[in-house]
Amino acid sequence: MSDARISSHLPIIFSIAVALLLSIAPIPDSAEPFRPTWVLLTLIYWAMTLPDNYSVGSAWIAGLILDVAQGTLLGQHAIGLSLVIYVTVKFHLQLRQFPMMQLSITVFALLALYQFILFWINGVAGVNSESVIYWGPVLTGTLIWPLLNIVFVGIRQRARG
Amino acid sequence: MASSKSNNRFGTPFSPALGLRFLLLAGLSILLMVVDHRDNHLDTVRKAIGATVYPLRVVVDTPVSAWRWVIDAAATRNELQLENSRLNTERLITRARLQRYSSLEAENARLRAMLEARSQVHERVRVAEIMSVSSDPFRHVLVVDKGTRDNVFDGQAVIDAEGIVGQIIEAGLLSSQAMLISDPGHDLPIEVNRNGLRTIARGTGEYDRLDLPFLPNNADIEPGDLLVTSGRGGAFPAGYPVAIVESVTRIPQEPFAAVTATPAAALNQVREVMLIWSSESELSDDEVLDRAEETMDPIAADPVIVDNEGDENE
Repeated sequence: MSDARISSHLPIIFSIAVALLLSIAPIPDSAEPFRPTWVLLTLIYWAMTLPDNYSVGSAWIAGLILDVAQGTLLGQHAIGLSLVIYVTVKFHLQLRQFPMMQLSITVFALLALYQFILFWINGVAGVNSESVIYWGPVLTGTLIWPLLNIVFVGIRQRARG
Repeated sequence: MASSKSNNRFGTPFSPALGLRFLLLAGLSILLMVVDHRDNHLDTVRKAIGATVYPLRVVVDTPVSAWRWVIDAAATRNELQLENSRLNTERLITRARLQRYSSLEAENARLRAMLEARSQVHERVRVAEIMSVSSDPFRHVLVVDKGTRDNVFDGQAVIDAEGIVGQIIEAGLLSSQAMLISDPGHDLPIEVNRNGLRTIARGTGEYDRLDLPFLPNNADIEPGDLLVTSGRGGAFPAGYPVAIVESVTRIPQEPFAAVTATPAAALNQVREVMLIWSSESELSDDEVLDRAEETMDPIAADPVIVDNEGDENE
């Protein structure tokens, strides 16, 4: 039983690792403001579908790794991710019933919340980020969500089978 | 949606402790942020987590280095010969310049000795490759592939062939983070090469622009002036080119002139940077000579530019 459970978790942990990779992979400067917040998108999906296994704790650890990887204030991404995942888990039953359109809008709101928390902490810590393109990841993240959803459903079916 | 009946195999409704857990983690995060913002007590924590991030960085870097390897391997004989002759020419020119430089340096050292000033000519330079660039567009930070194992230290100056790139803000074991001079949080003590006027260059968040916010309207500065590090503040060795003044706007009502400059280093195009050890930043004078000798060998194994003495002896 426990072996089977571990092996069914591997693809999910792997997907979170890939999301971390994507968020530190070098891309052209011009594309940088539009890099989706991969880790958050991945965590939202898993928190929504498997809230018993992946919730605020996993989000916090992933956030801490992200903080170190990106050289931001230690705990900044951690608190942002765990707050958004808290909201996601809180409403996961409703989210599961949503049609894709409505879900995308909700994801948009969640991404904006995340970006706002980071923005706010940056402001308190004195890091300048007053520009419209700061909100680029919210847009690209929402647009890529339906696609990502298909990928994750595939991962989940494989993980179960 | 496909996920409607996902997790009922455990039969547990979702745990009521969730809110509590979240509050705990949020409190912990805030504590971490406050401590991290105030001072550097969390270096060990960062380094521990950084060790887990290192494999990720290597994976990210692999396609790039593999591509470069393919390019190198596929270079034709003809191209190699061309490059070789080009590099040879370049080397000749550089050596010719260096001859002049070494005599100047000797003169400088003599004059300084007469003035009984501490000479600052022992500088060791080592090449580091950039592993990744910060994904946050408002923080200009990059990661280089040298860490404390290679004696990298916090505050160390980072340069490229053209001028100052930035400084190390966090030296990890195998890789370190460097803040660029264009980061909005970066201030750099500089002086105008032409007349020694000292001021501060501040990053703007744009790769091709620095601000000099503290120059009075009557300051003797004009477009085209070369700005070099002044060595004040200790972090940077003196005399490295930083930027060239681009525009000077004097508004009579304002106390300060609006001066912008273009960094000499190609901040958003570098693939390789150099780390500087100026001996005085770490070692006393007596140690310098011992150290210079003992470090020659291990360094020579790597792609390195050895310190000034090595070049002179050739």
